[in-house]
Amino acid sequence: MSAELQLAAKVVELVRELAGRSAEAEVTVRHHALALTRFANSAIHQNVAEATTGVRLRLHLDGRTASGSSTLTSLDGLRSLVGRTIAAARVTPPDPAWAGLTRPAALRISAAHPGSGEHSGLAFGFDEATARATPAERAARVRAFVDAAGGLETAGYCRTAYVSAAFANTAGQAVEGRTAEAAMDAIARDRGADGVARLASSRLADLDGAELGARAAAKARAAVAPAELPPGHYEVVLEPTAVADLLQNFAVFGFNGKSFVQKQSFAELGKEQFDPSVTIVDDPLGSRGEPAPGLPFDDEGTPARSLVLVRDGVTQAVAHDRTSAAQAGVESTGHAAPASRSWGPYPSHPRLEAVPAPAGTSTGASAAVAESARPLVARMRRGLLVTDLWYTRVLDPKTLVVTGLTRNGVWLVEDGEIVRPVSNLRFTQSYPQALAPGGVLGIGAESVLLPSSWDDARYAAPALHLASWKITGNASG
Amino acid sequence: MSHFDEAGAAVQAALDAGARYADARVMVCRTESMTARDGAVEDLGSDESAGLGVRALVGSSWGFYAVPDLAEPAARAAGRRAAQIAAASAQVAGPPAELTPSSPVTASWASDCVVDPLSVPLSDKGDLLVRATLAAKEAGADLAQASYAIWDTHKWFVSSEGHRVDQHIRECGGGVTAHAIGDGEVQRRSLPGQYGTRGWELIDELDLVGNAPRLAEEARELLTAPLCPAGETTLILGGSQLALQIHESVGHAIELDRILGWEAAFAGTSWLDLTRLGSLRYGSELMNITIDPTFPGALGSFGFDDEGTRAAKRHAVRDGVWVGVLAGRDSAAVAGLDYAGSVRSDGWARLPMVRMTNVGLEPGPHTLDEIIAATDDGVFMDVNRSWSIDDRRLNFQFGCEIGYEIKNGRRGRMLRNPTYTGIGPRFWQSMDMLSSETIAWGTPNCGKGQPGQVGHTGHPAAPARFTDVRVGVHG
Repeated sequence: MSAELQLAAKVVELVRELAGRSAEAEVTVRHHALALTRFANSAIHQNVAEATTGVRLRLHLDGRTASGSSTLTSLDGLRSLVGRTIAAARVTPPDPAWAGLTRPAALRISAAHPGSGEHSGLAFGFDEATARATPAERAARVRAFVDAAGGLETAGYCRTAYVSAAFANTAGQAVEGRTAEAAMDAIARDRGADGVARLASSRLADLDGAELGARAAAKARAAVAPAELPPGHYEVVLEPTAVADLLQNFAVFGFNGKSFVQKQSFAELGKEQFDPSVTIVDDPLGSRGEPAPGLPFDDEGTPARSLVLVRDGVTQAVAHDRTSAAQAGVESTGHAAPASRSWGPYPSHPRLEAVPAPAGTSTGASAAVAESARPLVARMRRGLLVTDLWYTRVLDPKTLVVTGLTRNGVWLVEDGEIVRPVSNLRFTQSYPQALAPGGVLGIGAESVLLPSSWDDARYAAPALHLASWKITGNASG
Repeated sequence: MSHFDEAGAAVQAALDAGARYADARVMVCRTESMTARDGAVEDLGSDESAGLGVRALVGSSWGFYAVPDLAEPAARAAGRRAAQIAAASAQVAGPPAELTPSSPVTASWASDCVVDPLSVPLSDKGDLLVRATLAAKEAGADLAQASYAIWDTHKWFVSSEGHRVDQHIRECGGGVTAHAIGDGEVQRRSLPGQYGTRGWELIDELDLVGNAPRLAEEARELLTAPLCPAGETTLILGGSQLALQIHESVGHAIELDRILGWEAAFAGTSWLDLTRLGSLRYGSELMNITIDPTFPGALGSFGFDDEGTRAAKRHAVRDGVWVGVLAGRDSAAVAGLDYAGSVRSDGWARLPMVRMTNVGLEPGPHTLDEIIAATDDGVFMDVNRSWSIDDRRLNFQFGCEIGYEIKNGRRGRMLRNPTYTGIGPRFWQSMDMLSSETIAWGTPNCGKGQPGQVGHTGHPAAPARFTDVRVGVHG
């Protein structure tokens, strides 16, 4: 039994002692060690690490619910957490939406799960080397990135993270798991033009700083002296780094169980809302080929599993925690999080299925084009190759109209060849409309695992060729 | 209970391990938040966190390490670890890091607070939110939400230069939102979520229950209101929206770490060039932007920043000319500036970084009514709904919850889905009327940095008018 599961069990015991056996409680304990080496102007300027154990308790007592958390894990700290959470539960208004506790259920981890190593007795998966990575190992990758950029100014980060977590509740569910993660995300700059390289993995060893640095530099060099294009509708090839933004907004606003229940999501189950070529799966457990290092259970102790959100263009499911699932009359899909009751549960490991593509001709400036996007670019008659989307915000949650900007490289493509770099553009586009039937002209043959810039989410994204993307502004306004 | 000794132990250990400068912060934080929806409490959370973060400078590089353990042995180990991490940075070293001078200070500071928000009974707080959502529902909202959040932070800061500062900062805020769900779209109206370095009296002043029916009615009306027309027109912004305009197109642009390229890969850079500090025209002569952490009760207020620099007011833009930046001791030294004071972190586990404090627009001579009366043809917009700006802080597009057409000096029809877009300096140079009705708006969700940090910032702002602005951008 891990130290985290012992702590969780202790808190359950304290709840029984202080609130009686009628109290329903669920406890998540998470030890999180995060280290990040950040560089700018081609030098490391922020090199940070932290190691925290957090305990989160949610308590349902006499029809009322409260939750609390603490980083104080001494017995006194745990008693304080339980005591104030009980006190809070006793004076809050009734909670008619309480959906009860997860009953004991085995985890659905398979031999492929990256976090299934030591605790499952399986031979591979969890990468100890990543969990124990040193500042010097991260710095070495930064050094390689900077060197590979060939004198261009560089900036970005290399990070490693390790999570060991456990869940226990008063209904008898007790599970544990751990994950490790590494990511590198950085740019190279050439005369005001930026190029990016970004990759996530469950193994630090998979991150090749030199390869990423060379890719970012090639993009930056190809993006120098951009021209301005007028607003309008453009055919586009979005590289995986840009497609990750689509997946994020679909996940957070569209496949969000609470938004769905409240009729604020575009999602209509069983309806052909996407092009038939589109299949989107939330895959927290990953696979051998595409390790996605999520924990094998959620914050309500529900075992994680793959969830098909869209199959062959038809919307199949949205993500639920126990509360939204009860409101929708279905089972939880294992997407509870600390804020899911207020913000809503959403997929955190979405993957747009890659599609084996017919061989395409290479583009003239292929060094600037992500490998998986090259066949798509080769088939584009006239349109834009977009590397990255930036600062995207939803104008209307129901139609998922989003505004944002391009970043880190845009090029005009004609007859399959890159013609010239283009300055950044503002778009205002309904994401479901862009991927609607007939809108998807091609999907790349390889999904690339990409880190979220803000939380623990992961996106497995191939390149995407779309018939129309609404550009509403450019550098002039 | 003081935690100077633990912070001091961490600093000394970092020095012993080779650091040439070190500082440490112990923070004990309590937060509480509640949300209600449609007449029931949806979520109630009470969180407690305590830990120590230590920053060490070795050669040209910083290292930072944080632990949730306040015992002295753990503090000393953290200090040593921070120095080791800094040493590893030397593999990819930059120019020597210097710090602007800072006089050692021993001081205490506490924010003003009339009613301790943590002392208000939870049952009263729950009842308030429940009543607010019920009031909105009864007035026609399809969905009503209300929430509050409280932050209570104690910090103890020690530096190897002799600083010993403790602070107690209490912040709170909240709001209520009514949604109306139509055929294929959702409209919403909110009391602009208001936050400040104040006590529960702030929530009382918001009158969540009293405002809820109006919000519900306006949300319903929006469903059938005409779409905001597209074109160039005179734009009047309410104070709440102008606060966000300041935050995004001025506050972030004047962050010195962005200007120096330290945030280039993620948050972005800035269109501002230090060689033009003191001469660049940022906006019209009506534009006076101040950086003022001493502003009473605003969300970006403090006594000392997280490097021990005492809070002080200064101009960022004076009479339309760019004259100042938000800076830390290291970035200011690189830029050759003689001031800092704008460095904070969102907790003990995060490295302090350049952050907005209270970045606000000084008031003008008019009232909103006078501005409307002086406008023949235009649009009024208020309360932010969406916000987006490019990585140099130039090209922005904002959506507001509500708009009204302005015709012949009067407020006309309500407009649905109002948006406006522009380029920062061009927009600010078009400001030709400014109100005196300043409110210090609070933004509790400013994201920056890697690992990500959530900043609390304040923005004193009043309604203002801008000419020839492109409005009505739709998808």
